[in-house]
Amino acid sequence: MSGPNSDYDPVEVTPLRADEVEAMRDAALAAIEAAADLEALKQARLDHAGDRSPLALANREIGALPPQARKEAGKRVGQARGAVNQALAARLAVLEAEHEERMLAEERVDVTLPTDRRPRGARHPITTMSERIADVFVAMGWEVAEGPQVEAEWLNFDALNLGPDHPARTMQDTFWLEPAEAALVLRTHTSPVQARTMLTREPPIYVVCPGRVYRTDEIDATHSPVFHQVEGLVIDRGITMAHLKGSLDHFATAMFGEGITTRFRPSYFPFTEPSAEVDLVCFVCRGTGTADGGAQSCRTCRGEGWIEWGGCGVVNPRVLVACGVDPETWTGFAFGMGIDRTLMFRHGVEDMRDVFEGDVRFAQPFGVEI
Amino acid sequence: MRAPVSWIKEYVALPDDVTTEELARRLTMLGLKLESLTSPADSITGPLVVGRVLSVEAETHKNGKTVNWCTVDVADANGTGEPQGIVCGAHNFAAGDLVVVCLPGAVLPGNFEIAARKTYGHVSAGMICSARELGLGEDHDGIIVLPSDAGEPGDDAFAVLDLHDAVIEFEINPDRAYALSLRGIAREAATAFDVPFSDPAERDLPTYGEGHPVVVDDPEGCPVFVARTVTGFDPTAPTPDWMARRLTQAGMRPISLGVDVSNYVMLELGQPNHAYDRDRLSGPIRVRRAEPGERLTTLDGVRRTLTAEDLLIADDSGPIGLAGVMGGEHTELTGTSTEIVVEAAHFDPVTIFRGQRRHKLPSEASKRFERGVDPELPARAADRVAELLVRLGGGSAEGRTVVGEAPPRRRIVAALDLPARITGIEITAETTVEHLERVGCEVTVEGDRLTAVVPPWRPDLTDPYDLVEEVARVVGYDRVPSVLPTAPAGRGLTPEQKLRRRVGLTLAGAGFTETVSYPFVGAADWADLGLAESDERRRTLRMANPLNAEEPELTSTLLPGVLRALGRNVGRGASDVALFESGLVFLPSGEEAAPILGVEGRPTAEEWAAIEKAVPFQPLHLAVALAGRRERAGWWGEGRAASWADAIDAVREVAEALGIEIETSAASVAPWHPGRCAEVRVGGQVLGHAGELHPKVCAAFGLPARSAAAEIDLDALLQHAVTVTPAPRFSTYPVAKEDVALVVDAEVQAAAVEAALREGAGELLESVRLFDVYVGDQVGAGRKSLAFALRFRAPDRTLGEGEAAAARDAAVARAAEQCGAVQR
Ligand SMILES: [Zn+2]
Repeated sequence: MSGPNSDYDPVEVTPLRADEVEAMRDAALAAIEAAADLEALKQARLDHAGDRSPLALANREIGALPPQARKEAGKRVGQARGAVNQALAARLAVLEAEHEERMLAEERVDVTLPTDRRPRGARHPITTMSERIADVFVAMGWEVAEGPQVEAEWLNFDALNLGPDHPARTMQDTFWLEPAEAALVLRTHTSPVQARTMLTREPPIYVVCPGRVYRTDEIDATHSPVFHQVEGLVIDRGITMAHLKGSLDHFATAMFGEGITTRFRPSYFPFTEPSAEVDLVCFVCRGTGTADGGAQSCRTCRGEGWIEWGGCGVVNPRVLVACGVDPETWTGFAFGMGIDRTLMFRHGVEDMRDVFEGDVRFAQPFGVEI
Repeated sequence: MRAPVSWIKEYVALPDDVTTEELARRLTMLGLKLESLTSPADSITGPLVVGRVLSVEAETHKNGKTVNWCTVDVADANGTGEPQGIVCGAHNFAAGDLVVVCLPGAVLPGNFEIAARKTYGHVSAGMICSARELGLGEDHDGIIVLPSDAGEPGDDAFAVLDLHDAVIEFEINPDRAYALSLRGIAREAATAFDVPFSDPAERDLPTYGEGHPVVVDDPEGCPVFVARTVTGFDPTAPTPDWMARRLTQAGMRPISLGVDVSNYVMLELGQPNHAYDRDRLSGPIRVRRAEPGERLTTLDGVRRTLTAEDLLIADDSGPIGLAGVMGGEHTELTGTSTEIVVEAAHFDPVTIFRGQRRHKLPSEASKRFERGVDPELPARAADRVAELLVRLGGGSAEGRTVVGEAPPRRRIVAALDLPARITGIEITAETTVEHLERVGCEVTVEGDRLTAVVPPWRPDLTDPYDLVEEVARVVGYDRVPSVLPTAPAGRGLTPEQKLRRRVGLTLAGAGFTETVSYPFVGAADWADLGLAESDERRRTLRMANPLNAEEPELTSTLLPGVLRALGRNVGRGASDVALFESGLVFLPSGEEAAPILGVEGRPTAEEWAAIEKAVPFQPLHLAVALAGRRERAGWWGEGRAASWADAIDAVREVAEALGIEIETSAASVAPWHPGRCAEVRVGGQVLGHAGELHPKVCAAFGLPARSAAAEIDLDALLQHAVTVTPAPRFSTYPVAKEDVALVVDAEVQAAAVEAALREGAGELLESVRLFDVYVGDQVGAGRKSLAFALRFRAPDRTLGEGEAAAARDAAVARAAEQCGAVQR
């Protein structure tokens, strides 16, 4: 203690005595230490750091001291209160951490419980396959053409070089609409879309037409009166069969993977000349025709190494003429495949009826595949 | 077309190392597609040997049956050299004959295992075989008796019987009628291997005296008619085994020598022909069109009424055959016919095609005529038939009548480089000429053009591009290179195509599963949907030839399909199902017929307009249907039953995915519950309906109560899709919230109250949302309380004291005025 009035005897104030302050502080620290939970700590704070706590009351007494004594007393009380607040904060942190840990432990759930309150939906694989096919061609700059399903007889047959007495006309078992004079049919192929495209656009034409078609087949495991086709049509200058082959090879590879290409066999379609059947290298056995390292015959291609995929050819000039395209300037090619058939062998669908019955168990595994 | 390989080889000298598989493969690559490849040996396992019958003892047993106990010398084939004891039920043989013996251990067609067995008091060690037992045909009732020089006892019978002779079945495309004959197939084989071909039709045509008189009244329908007479034929003469065998291999049943020779020549040359019993003909054969109403009983025993378009073979008694399709019953050969008139003619393909279709009578003859037969064949074929009849059945071939002549051979002029230009294969002019010649054309070249004279058996070759295909297939389609064409820059998918994909993805994401249904419907569907007789949806397009007579209509709504699918799922045990389907519906439009236009050039604008007008309106619809729970039951609780609201919300979700807001209002339309059906509109246009299905409809489709559905015109909805979205503007000043509860009559629609609130609230209103509906004592009977949360916000300032309250009061006042709402 030093100062100008060192000989001054201050008024004796009990609460500010050093030993008293020390005792208050120790009592506070003990209570804080003893607080077992946040509730107890709150009480300890009230008791020892609140407005009515001994240290707070002691602090108020400082004002009554003579000026010379205030500084020392203030310092003493202030240090004690600081220590108490520090202890409070430390204890609070500990207790809060303990509390949080306990709460989180209590809130544990069984995360393996089912979570699927809302049933899952799915698009139909015919839809997604049609889109997948369209995308292959759209990526090459082609466009997707569409047309009606009830179609004018002329567009379904005559314009495609299938005259009224063409033997091939009976090969396509056609649903005719009433009355016969209306000359309307359920389209037997997507080819009338090609005719419509040629009649409504100027070449060059690069289109692909996926869609529903109809034939009078009773439904069984491999037939359906309603099925789906995709056709492609290209009309440009200098188009050859080589371009047809290139397009189909690309299509095959895009759908079935690297190394899966096509082969042509001579065939007959009235709307193309020359015409060809398209076979696909079997994407399962990769053309070997065998399975299990040669021990078995491949089931997908029945041991042939090839899968029949569709038909194609150079657009018959007669079709070009009927559709207003000058065959001296333009040549073209066309091809067509069954989408349902492709779905069947690509995914191993065993019964065509599954495609059309609407049982959700059929479409569900395909989910929202794109 | 089934072709025995041995028969093919009769006309073409194939290299020795060519296997049947290779032959089939090469022909397939030429365009005759391999359908199947079979040989009798495939289904027989030996030992099958030649045996000589040493003794035959006939024994009659108690059951009245007489069998023969035989001993047969099979040399060492049985391992002992001792004669084999065999019981045989047939009687067409004697001691000394050479027969075919099947020893124990052999397996015959039908997995018939041969073992030594006790029968009729003997141990019969094997079997003496009939043709039927070896799968060689059905012809005789007896066993096979081999010619005496066929071989020695113990010889392998596979070789003797030529059981390894394979039969290749080809799928013949309609343009290749010539391949419906061994002549045509063998010619293709010669082309495939570039080896000589000996044409069975190439034969001398000596002149004879006139045969049976023939008058052709319709030379367009029948350009060539040949009649050849055979007299003194023995009608009991049997068909020789070799011919019966070949017919059987080709899939035809041997019947009698006269018929068999006719069929044999048709298979050999491709020329259908017919044999008449001359004694039953009265007067000359006449080829003419029928008088309407004339009648003819054809060989199949059917009495047919003819039309003026039918081309007939007739005599003085009337019709005796449907030309090129089927002969008549009255003049057919019988077991006593000795005098024969053989017909071989050329008929107009279209006439035959129409006749065959009119009478639903496709035959082996019509199949060939309608596709096109070589018009130079008739005289050759008639001679061939006569020759075989006389050779096998005795008698003598007499006069030949020929009326008409084959048309001149067609000439096609084409650019010499056309095959190269169209196929993309490097093909020289020499190759082009050589390959065309190989398929039978006579080719001359002048400058850069060639002229091909088409062989008569190729009526399918008419255009320059047909020559391209001929050259290409001989060169080999496998030589076509693979070159990707370069398309000009495309525009990608159209907005509609993209939006349709989004609709499907949205619904799948919302828990709906897509179905694909048939559009065929009928009266039962309309009854199950509860559609009134006057309902517009009953006005449909009908098929003339429906698969199912109960479903002759093309649907005008997707609901039957999707509800049947829903019922099917429920029936198969699914409890919570949500489906969607999008597809065209078919709406009758005009009454006008679609014109059949020419094909000589682009239709005129008027013609095209007429086509477009005649094609019915086929908008794309979307339907959804729900049964059971929309949210499953689980550990979280009971789940939530699907309801009318889910059907409407599915439509709303789709619309919102396209940036479209829909409006709804109460409607009463089948098949929905009259009090739980919403009309869905966009900008005043009605797009469809949604809600709970009528209880009767649920029952009719096998659905649980309260199943729900919606159907909208998706094409119409897509028209409203937002193409350019304007950026939203929003205020960052504080929001002021005001809730109001309004009591209205129960019939008042919430949407109307909400609209009134919006109108009255003014510009400060940010949003209105109905958050509660209360019905009960506190509001009184026939009343309901609607609680709305209103949010207000100004774009440029914090709202002042009372501003929001004033706006709220204005909104409530408008609701009171328009809907009779009273604030609670
Ligand atoms: Zn395979």
